[in-house]
Amino acid sequence: MIVEWLGKVGNFSLTLLIVTGYGLLVGAFIERIIAKVQGRIGIPYSQPFINILKNLFKRTAVSHGIMFYLGPVFRIAGGIGTLAFIPVIYGSDTFSNFSMAGDLFLVIYFMFFGQLGMALGAGESGHPYAAIGIARGLSQMTAYEVPFALAVISIVIQYDTLSITEIVAAQQGGWENWTVFTNWVATLAAMLALLGMTGYSPFDVFLAPQEIPIGPPTEFHSAYLSLLQTNRALFGATKLVLFMNLFFGGATGWVELMIKTWLIYMVAIVIGVAFPRFRVDQAIRFFFKIPTLIGIMSIVYAQMVLTS
Amino acid sequence: MSAMFERLEREFGVTNITELKPGLTTLKVAKDKTETLIRELRDREGYTHLNFMTVIDYIEDSLFTVVYMLHNYDRKDSLSIHVDIGRDGEDMVSIHHLWAQAWTYQRELREAYGIRFPGSPRQDEDFVLEGWDQIPPMRREFDTKKFSEERFGHREGRSSEEPREHMKVNLYPNRGGDEQ
Amino acid sequence: MIKSLSTEDTLENAGLTAEEQQLFSNARPKAYEPYPIKAVEDFANWARANSLWVLAFGTGCGAIELRPLMTARFDANRFGVAGRPTPRQSSVFVIGGYASVKTLKRIIRSYEQMQGPKFVIALGICPVNGGMYFDSYNTINQFDQYIPVDLYITGCMPRPEVLVAGIMELQKKIKQGRCDGANRYVENFDWYKANQKKVIKNWDMPDYNW
Repeated sequence: MIVEWLGKVGNFSLTLLIVTGYGLLVGAFIERIIAKVQGRIGIPYSQPFINILKNLFKRTAVSHGIMFYLGPVFRIAGGIGTLAFIPVIYGSDTFSNFSMAGDLFLVIYFMFFGQLGMALGAGESGHPYAAIGIARGLSQMTAYEVPFALAVISIVIQYDTLSITEIVAAQQGGWENWTVFTNWVATLAAMLALLGMTGYSPFDVFLAPQEIPIGPPTEFHSAYLSLLQTNRALFGATKLVLFMNLFFGGATGWVELMIKTWLIYMVAIVIGVAFPRFRVDQAIRFFFKIPTLIGIMSIVYAQMVLTS
Repeated sequence: MSAMFERLEREFGVTNITELKPGLTTLKVAKDKTETLIRELRDREGYTHLNFMTVIDYIEDSLFTVVYMLHNYDRKDSLSIHVDIGRDGEDMVSIHHLWAQAWTYQRELREAYGIRFPGSPRQDEDFVLEGWDQIPPMRREFDTKKFSEERFGHREGRSSEEPREHMKVNLYPNRGGDEQ
Repeated sequence: MIKSLSTEDTLENAGLTAEEQQLFSNARPKAYEPYPIKAVEDFANWARANSLWVLAFGTGCGAIELRPLMTARFDANRFGVAGRPTPRQSSVFVIGGYASVKTLKRIIRSYEQMQGPKFVIALGICPVNGGMYFDSYNTINQFDQYIPVDLYITGCMPRPEVLVAGIMELQKKIKQGRCDGANRYVENFDWYKANQKKVIKNWDMPDYNW
């Protein structure tokens, strides 16, 4: 029992490493593509790794209190916790993590938990720009969680289960079984929510790199910043894996996972580079109008059409 | 134009009207008539733009000359008004109620020359120099090079490229020097 | 909360009012040691050299050369150089040209808030001997009396290609482990502070800006 549990922890650590590395590489790829569009060479592929290492090798750090120290810890706990309950590769014992019945709700909770921890840490830092960034970030997160939650409820009604493994299992057997084709309304609502989740343009007002210096992570440096950077890659990749499992049929191998998550991310990027940044009130109004409407319609659709 | 100048001479005691080039004329007026003259020029004669306000330091005659440059957009004509005041803490009439940008110039002149403009906003705040403890630095008795060497130090160069030295020492060492 | 420190570990903070004294720390800065194992220190220096984050604070006319450096033609991103808006997260401070007394106060404040191994690049001839402004009442003449400098790039202003060569030289110097400006600052702290206070007369900030 203990040995089996330790084996699971070891497998999960392997998944964690692979997903974090993949997330960092995807970030580097996107930066290079943007650089090519702008006509320059761009960062080396190893740059995100070197950035994290450099921040770890800083010799001094200034702390503002215990909550400041715990902010990045909560954030990366949220990231790791989210990944811990998502089965990454369907059908594989090694990479199924700690999935169990009802883990979908736990995953949705953990996604919010990281941001709340970050809010406490940024508030403790005492920097006014961090407070502005966090206020914007949390309001925006509340707004985009609504269509996402509605879409999740819709597919729960459709598949009659709360376990992600079973949702993925129900989508096997051909690409026409994927949720994107059987319940396209819920997928549409969730993809609109994905635009807010990635924190990319047009919904990057909480980071606002030229407006308020970097937003919530303004005061974080050295080892705290390397935790936040690692979490950024890890959490980003985790969200993509979750989307892939819920809406695009899951993956039975690492190559399939990488291709699918890359394509999902490119949807957000391609839409993002065409739009300037929305103000936070415009972003909230956007999410409460059309995507919420589509979310409500998806619940009606799932209840009436799919389970009749 | 000359009708305007005759009227100004009569009513405001303007003197030394000189045309420096086509489109730029200077004139001199006494300090107590300055504000009414400028107001008259702005309201009645169309000189609606204040280009700048500055001070010339005539240390030999021990007076400051405050210079106002006005511009007329209809006639495309500039007028430069010179007002003489004393160098030792004499106040000057403020024109900040005629143009809003004048109080910035007046702050600068208070900091650089020590001329106060009573009534002008934010006169005594630091403008550029914070914690300045010497005399106002643009006055000509302030030796700025000496001050810079005392306060900030001086770093010797590693070698000199002065041609006179080079010729005297390297090229023509036996030629003799300045004692021709 | 500051642990109780012995008196030679604390600074006076004479420039602050009584209620401000409780908001700022009065601890003295400490020098940091390099890693004991040489291989780790070499690896750390390699990582620091290949990821130079520059504080986006254009202090003088050198800032106009930093902008083309970051854009497409001279692309500094391929060397790992990125601009950061906050001194907490950056490791390189580029002194762009002349430093007036007003800017010097803000430079000191930003420099002391930077963390860990930090490096200073001085652009232009003005930080060396005053340059074009050698006889000005408001610009300093020798910059490394106030902040330790790791690399001088001379010129007025040096072109972006020269800046790229300077960045490569700084990377080489960091990898050799010779860039210890932060430790020099802490070890000669009283000397630097005396020089700074001689020039900056309205010292209303703490003695060390943590």
